[in-house]
Amino acid sequence: MPVEARDTMPVQSADDVVKVRQAVRARAIAAGFSLVDQTKIVTAASEIARNTVDYGGGGTLCLELVREGARRGVRLTFADQGPGIADLEQAMTDGYTSGSGLGLGLSGAKRLCNEFLVKTAPGRGTIVTLARWR
Amino acid sequence: MGEIPILQIGDCLLVSIQVDMHDRLALELQDDLTNRIVASRARGVMIDISALEIVDSFIGRMLNNIAGMSRVLDAVTVVVGMRPAVAITLVELGLALTGVRTALNVDKGLAMIRRIIDAEEGGGAGRGA
Repeated sequence: MPVEARDTMPVQSADDVVKVRQAVRARAIAAGFSLVDQTKIVTAASEIARNTVDYGGGGTLCLELVREGARRGVRLTFADQGPGIADLEQAMTDGYTSGSGLGLGLSGAKRLCNEFLVKTAPGRGTIVTLARWR
Repeated sequence: MGEIPILQIGDCLLVSIQVDMHDRLALELQDDLTNRIVASRARGVMIDISALEIVDSFIGRMLNNIAGMSRVLDAVTVVVGMRPAVAITLVELGLALTGVRTALNVDKGLAMIRRIIDAEEGGGAGRGA
């Protein structure tokens, strides 16, 4: 799938979470997303970025503007070197949290995207890839 | 005192969030508001989120917390001005905002607070002066 633009940015702090939201918004606008679709992908990005900071100990975001045929989309890859997720099925359950959140981060973000993939193993970090198409 | 001003109108506190909501700012607002409710003996709290482009689970939790804390302090919280795209996204995210009253705009929010306080006082359940 052709990538039209790619940026990489740090996701290390709560400040970075705000920057991630702004960068994803800009890409979603560039991809021609409607306001509702922009809001969905930015909200999903905010959830996963916060997980990267709070649970992954910080990491990076690779932000891509992608094209598949006539469709354009935004693909986000969050990667951290944190402790990983031991029980992914449990982590994906609504309301489950190992921290102080509402437990909606992963499951909620998944509902807001068209594609959602988590690669993780205990001690080997976590990579979350999400995409939304116009 | 945090970066988000809290205005007082009679016995109501009004907060209008006009900045991109940083996590730390959300926590500060929670603390500031709780202190102001007690100090000002406010009966109503109105939070205007019309400038917020997103509400994620963290901000949603803050709104829930403020509503819960103000309830135990005998004040009513109403969130006003949520953008339609934010509302659609919140529902899909799975955030119900149970316990948070909402109104379309500041006018309707104030009227709602007034109605609730009057009903409580009319029923003799109001807080003594």
